[in-house]
Amino acid sequence: MLTTRIIPCLDVDAGRVVKGVKFQNLRDAGDPAQLAARYEAEGADEIVILDVSATSEGRETAVNTVERVRAAIRIPLTVGGGVRTNDDARLLLEAGADRVSVNSAAVAEPALVARMAERFGVQCVVVAIDAAGSSGRDVGRWEVVVKGGRERTGIDAIVWASQVASLGAGEILLTSFDRDGTGEGYDTDLIAAVSTASKIPVIASGGASGPEHMALAVRAGADAVLAASIFHDGVYAVAQVKRELKDAGLEVRL
Amino acid sequence: MDIAIVRTGVANTASVVACLQRLGAKCRITEDPREIEQAAAAVLPGVGSFRAASERLDELGARETLRDRILGGRPTLCVCLGMQLLAEASEEAPGAPGLGILPVTVRRFPDRVKRPQLGWNLVRPAAGDWPEPGHAYFANSYRVADVEAVQVGGWEVAIADHAGPFVAAIRKDRVLACQFHPELSGAWGESLVGAWLGRAATEPDKATGRKEARC
Repeated sequence: MLTTRIIPCLDVDAGRVVKGVKFQNLRDAGDPAQLAARYEAEGADEIVILDVSATSEGRETAVNTVERVRAAIRIPLTVGGGVRTNDDARLLLEAGADRVSVNSAAVAEPALVARMAERFGVQCVVVAIDAAGSSGRDVGRWEVVVKGGRERTGIDAIVWASQVASLGAGEILLTSFDRDGTGEGYDTDLIAAVSTASKIPVIASGGASGPEHMALAVRAGADAVLAASIFHDGVYAVAQVKRELKDAGLEVRL
Repeated sequence: MDIAIVRTGVANTASVVACLQRLGAKCRITEDPREIEQAAAAVLPGVGSFRAASERLDELGARETLRDRILGGRPTLCVCLGMQLLAEASEEAPGAPGLGILPVTVRRFPDRVKRPQLGWNLVRPAAGDWPEPGHAYFANSYRVADVEAVQVGGWEVAIADHAGPFVAAIRKDRVLACQFHPELSGAWGESLVGAWLGRAATEPDKATGRKEARC
């Protein structure tokens, strides 16, 4: 039986880990390779690096960051941010990423997901979906947002999740835009809907402030839970989260 | 130890190289069947599709070389798709031949479990005491489910469960083949590769009868 994966996420800008709320107000949070190695030692099951650099210089640094992190860890590394073509993905894979995450480029051109799966294999392709909830009579519906939430797409997130699974995504990295950085917990309705519709593994992201939120996400259908600030701020160590999840009855790798 | 990693095309080899280097080995990535034949140890890495990898082995002219290496018990590590290539065929690519070392066909996980199997699963011996049980990282949609057919060939077999038991790793002589990624399986995976390297460097080579020096 597969264990629930606990995945610390490193948002990286120009070679440094940064953190912010709702993709805004970025602050420095350390060296990516050092943090990744520490999280592995604490029991992290995987590391996700999202390159949030706004500049092309920053993106070039990202390849170097991936090389440094790969040399420092013995667990899977998923890298995303600014991936637009198979060549972008190839550079990251050659640098030491095991999986590549694609987001707005797939929204703009869904065939990219199929091309990546064809070239690198389904297990290499993670599609990141940032979903914003609706209110009023549209409650229970979510819209795909891109560009850090600045742009709404009009695309139904559940339909999109199902579509990327058919195109060849091996996993969905699902971020609730409304919950991200709030500590209010993952959007479990969103997780359940995406997990059921896509039938592929789902990483829950956005809103965790502790293990109880993670347990709820897993019970809703998440296969893995991702968090950033609770780990970076030292609120929880990965090992502590895993012990609490085990106590809550979930399978974890200790 | 000097290790030749077979360039099967799109396989991402950075993590395998990083793992072997951490263990003190020297790696080179090669397409040359002679290098694959002569190397003290060889790695058949594994990301990509069964058909592409099968075709690639023929393009390189490496099919017989690898078959001889593995049947001769010479130091060889096969990872993920690399292990599946030991089978006769795969449902993933009807008509594309594997190396035919294991008398089995690789089959897709059934619909009742999520595909791909992605994440950490508990690996344990099917019989005997190898390996030490531990969690390994898997990323696969296909697997060898016929454990007994593999054991009949004299392989030690490790299993894991995803829609029932399947072959997680096999070992015979100085050949180790893993459905999971030992290079991504933390300290447990690293120790498995380390033990394989240790055997590779010290035990006599069954194919040639000579003893290969540790380097």
